[in-house]
Amino acid sequence: MKLDFFKQSIFKQFVVSNLSVIIVALLCYASVDYIGYRSVALLLLATVSILSMFFTLYPVLTAATLSALIWDFFFIPPHFTFHVSSSEDVLLLLMYFVIALVNGVLTSKVRALEKLELQKEERSNTLKLYKTLFDSISHELRTPIATIVGASDNLLEKDSHVSENDKTKLIAEISIAAFRLNRLIDNLLNMQRLESGMLSINRDWCDVNELINSPINRLKDELSTHNLQVQIQDDFPIIRLDFGLIEQALFNLLHNETLYTPADSTIIVTAGYAKGNLIISISDNGKGFSDEELRMLFTKFYRSTVKTTGGTGLGLSIVKGFVEAHEGQVKVENNSPNGAKFTIEIPSEILELNGSMDFTDFVIKENVEHETLSDQYIPKRKHKEISSDEI
Amino acid sequence: MNILIIDDEVQIRKLLEITLNSNDYNTMSAATAKEGIMMSVVHPPDLIVLDLGLPDEDGQEVLRKLREWYLGAIIILSVRSSEEDIIKALDNGANDYLTKPFRTGELLARIRTALRQTQNTATIQKLEFDNLSIDLTARTVTIDNEPLKLTATEYSLLTLLAKNDGKVLTHQYILKQIWGPGYTQQSQYLRVFVGQLRKKIEPNPVNPKFILTESGIGYRFCTKVEE
Repeated sequence: MKLDFFKQSIFKQFVVSNLSVIIVALLCYASVDYIGYRSVALLLLATVSILSMFFTLYPVLTAATLSALIWDFFFIPPHFTFHVSSSEDVLLLLMYFVIALVNGVLTSKVRALEKLELQKEERSNTLKLYKTLFDSISHELRTPIATIVGASDNLLEKDSHVSENDKTKLIAEISIAAFRLNRLIDNLLNMQRLESGMLSINRDWCDVNELINSPINRLKDELSTHNLQVQIQDDFPIIRLDFGLIEQALFNLLHNETLYTPADSTIIVTAGYAKGNLIISISDNGKGFSDEELRMLFTKFYRSTVKTTGGTGLGLSIVKGFVEAHEGQVKVENNSPNGAKFTIEIPSEILELNGSMDFTDFVIKENVEHETLSDQYIPKRKHKEISSDEI
Repeated sequence: MNILIIDDEVQIRKLLEITLNSNDYNTMSAATAKEGIMMSVVHPPDLIVLDLGLPDEDGQEVLRKLREWYLGAIIILSVRSSEEDIIKALDNGANDYLTKPFRTGELLARIRTALRQTQNTATIQKLEFDNLSIDLTARTVTIDNEPLKLTATEYSLLTLLAKNDGKVLTHQYILKQIWGPGYTQQSQYLRVFVGQLRKKIEPNPVNPKFILTESGIGYRFCTKVEE
């Protein structure tokens, strides 16, 4: 049984346990004429037993002692003294003490065992996680290395019968394998930056069109089998974030799209700005995710069991890490009627371009004298606004 | 043309020698900073390809030392890919920067650009790129022979980039050149004006072919879309 409410400070445990004993004792005191003072001992004992289920050793022992004293003082005749007259009652009181103490000690022992078991389970979970990681990384490393070794062996063979055309294909495979290795190393290094807490965010003004087109260009070949649509306005305001990190996050999301959606799927990338947040969404009409996948997707090293392609389970946790480093969030949901939709929200300042800068005074007219050209244009009004925003 | 390769990795030296020799460049190789600096003094090369991770001295330091007297082109070839390292190397006088792994085609293009820029000292009056033409004496810009209206700042920015075509210019360098030393942190000006300029000269501003972005570092003016 796990009740977080009871996992409170030791002081609270003392207060709550002793208070419970006193309350039960008061109730018994009111009804002692009907139930007899000996059943009161049983009721108090039951209270202590229940307390020992939730609390640690010392609060329970204190409650046990308190209840014994209360029973002795208020219930055993003669009342209002610790003196016990009948020898039967002396025995009962002693037994009461022993049972209450044993109760407390036993439950605390059981609980210590439980804790140990829990730690063991946690450790084995961590081990399992590492094993998964090492398995997937060694798979991811060895596959391209195998390709490189195999293809270059083939090319180096003196009397090989490989046609020129096939030789070119082998060389292309070597190249693809090498870039795949490089991507894995990038991901491992990024994960390490996140895990070590060494990640620093360098926010600077950047163009959202560039931010989105950069990863698309890097993935030109992989995306060529898909139908990609980018829906973003030309004069999108410039935005302040760490270009390198968010570009990598978008790259990982888009790269996943190329791996996990079937060829000819439609991928739609949109960008918008609302309530101080840059919102970028990437959606597809692929297979979408099961409920379990939706829940687990951003967990470190998690890999979808349904998909067969490799992967280390690092990509999406890096996305999450980089976006959260910007105090933003990343969400995944299923798209209707099918497919998945990833949404990144990043709080950021913006600088609206539309109409905010008046260039008319500086337009070069055909026959204007060229001295004016050397005048540097500084957008004064905006400058003030920006510098006051900057920290 | 003589190219000096300073890199401690045999594999990289071998790859560079083969690639460069087959493209009619003569090569010399050094495995340490000491050896490299000595070779550059004895036989001043036209261009130096320098690795930053050398065993005996930090590459940035080697770069600073070389720049005290060496006027030829220096291209950095390094596994260090952080923006800080790249900007630092460019500030220390490197003409260009490529991170390992690199495409050899890309390296050859950068070498050609760097050699052209360090050797061409003649005053240029006209810059031509595809359908874009800049007349530096008349201070006019045309696209498909149609005159283009540019603001003073847009014109300065365009000529600064175009005069250094093929070379990466850092944000700070551009801001300092166009707006002055007090404006090196005002990167939003640069974004805005590059955006404006792209709209005027690029056939597709969203996927530019003239003003290319070096993310986190700066801009590079190019006449062709890079592969």
